Amino acid sequence: MSDAPNPSVAALRARFGAAVQRSAVVSGATIVWLARDRAHEVLAWLRDAPGERYDYLVDVTAVEYRDRERPLEVVYQLRSLARNVQLRVKIELPKDAALEVDSVVDLWNGANWLERETYDMFGVRFRGHPDLRRLLMWETYSEGYPLRKDFPLRGRFSRSEQVRRALGADLSAHYSMEELSIAEAYDSLPAEVRERLAAGREGGKS
Amino acid sequence: MAEKRVLELALATPGVDAAGNATRVPLVAAASDANGPEMRTDHMLINIGPQHPATHGVLRLVVELDGEVVVRVIPHIGYLHSGFEKLGEYRHYNQIIPLTDRTDYLSAPANNVAFALAAEQLMGIEITERCKVLRVIACELSRIISHLVWAGTTAIDIGAFTVFLWMFQERERVYNLIEEWTGARLTTTLTRVGGLMADVPDGWTGRLREWCRKFPKTLDEVDRMLLRNGIWLGRTQDVGVMSAAEAIDYSLSGPMLRASGVAFDVRKDHPYLGYETYDFEVPVGEHGDVYDRYLVRMEEMRQSVRILLQALDRLPDGPINASDPRVILPPKQRLMSDMESMIHHFKQVMEGVPAPVGEVYLPVENPKGELGTYLVSDGSAKPVRWRIRPPSFLNIAALPKMAEGHLLSDLIAINASVDIVMGEIDR
Repeated sequence: MSDAPNPSVAALRARFGAAVQRSAVVSGATIVWLARDRAHEVLAWLRDAPGERYDYLVDVTAVEYRDRERPLEVVYQLRSLARNVQLRVKIELPKDAALEVDSVVDLWNGANWLERETYDMFGVRFRGHPDLRRLLMWETYSEGYPLRKDFPLRGRFSRSEQVRRALGADLSAHYSMEELSIAEAYDSLPAEVRERLAAGREGGKS
Repeated sequence: MAEKRVLELALATPGVDAAGNATRVPLVAAASDANGPEMRTDHMLINIGPQHPATHGVLRLVVELDGEVVVRVIPHIGYLHSGFEKLGEYRHYNQIIPLTDRTDYLSAPANNVAFALAAEQLMGIEITERCKVLRVIACELSRIISHLVWAGTTAIDIGAFTVFLWMFQERERVYNLIEEWTGARLTTTLTRVGGLMADVPDGWTGRLREWCRKFPKTLDEVDRMLLRNGIWLGRTQDVGVMSAAEAIDYSLSGPMLRASGVAFDVRKDHPYLGYETYDFEVPVGEHGDVYDRYLVRMEEMRQSVRILLQALDRLPDGPINASDPRVILPPKQRLMSDMESMIHHFKQVMEGVPAPVGEVYLPVENPKGELGTYLVSDGSAKPVRWRIRPPSFLNIAALPKMAEGHLLSDLIAINASVDIVMGEIDR
């Protein structure tokens, strides 16, 4: 374990300048913070540039700190299989603005479910994601985003409210728009459900 | 809609040609005009699971079918979601270890080791030599029991029942060994931050050595059943193919990645627990199909036996716990006779062990692929974020890519070949 930063950091600074906000070496791993608006461009370069070749996306997740002032971070773990080097890339999302970042599914297909899970658990929207639906929670889940720090450990609703909602849920809502269109069942749905699905709105039958 | 696909089916009396491939005949001609548009039927939408034996847990697949051909697969997960990562933010580091048992519950000891290693790196704790070797033994036993379940259930899905019985018999023997060591069979909670919950009992290493001697015979018997079996070849070869580039693009890991020809193994490329000092090979496939995944996993079990024997040969004497009073509880004897030890014990159990501010991502080679543990600490005794990078989550995400265009029955074989465990996917 060495404290020398990954040489990719110097290359990134030389090429992208201010888009690289800062970098650090923590427990032997190099972390780079990128400006949100140029992150996709920088990640694409990291994947394709001959000297970098970060071809393998290990993980995408987010971190919210207990300190409410600190921005939420989207974390990418990158690896170059050819060079056997790892790099951790972070994008800070201030909480007073919309939690949005460009999707990297066009760069790595493996990001598809990882970004969906991050959206599901933290409410971070990935612009340009082909299918940004909830993944672990069901599509009409309406209690918010479970891994956010303001989400109570036992959930937002009381147990009786959860049961009431589960019993009152519309079963057709457990199929996605895509599936309903395959089955040509969309048109036979009640107007209210159709409207809600079309708007992509969350929430059980109210 | 998509064009007619060429379908192939193994012959009624399956055989193997000179090159060792299953003989196949085309079932439907490639040219779509031959059948004409009037042969086209409506697509059917069927729902498989979440309660279905062939989905290996509570996985739900919504499948669009054109006749018997899978046009689209839409997997739904989350039926076993328990919020482990959220729970972890409210637990001390040692209290998280029982949660790791329940992620990939088919290889609990390996998960325990993965979490303990990450927490130790975060806290800067050096573990003892004996602990390292015992953890290697735990990891490799986990790999074997997990692959045994995989081989047994996959064979059942494809129609071979005997393999299931043989594999589960061997698994039972390993579980007996694990039970002797930890007192538990499935949820072992084997490790502690800085060490292990217990040393192996007297005579245990001899019993493990005896098992290691006999076990490869079972593998050979299974190979004799399947390796050149026409039905097995017909059901597995060229099914669910992922090329090396696709496997990397979809972030596959473990046997799934290696069956596609990418020689990446965390034990070799980012060694932990001294794996670089063990002599073992990493099997790599060539075609990335279900058959190659079978070959890779069978060989991995043989290599695990090699590692186990080397670990038994070098197992040093000495303590299993680091001599670090920050994380290791005082011995029970002193606890009962010595006031300071009692206070020490009480503080550690009630307040937990604070980790310094920082973060760690530690990958380990679990049976199902790369299990990553990402821990972020703000200096308190509970992590700010405990992220599990679950290997079978990413592997099953590629299922639509692998299964679309194949027959429905191939979907079952492909799904089995991924080796998923829903506890880990849903967490």
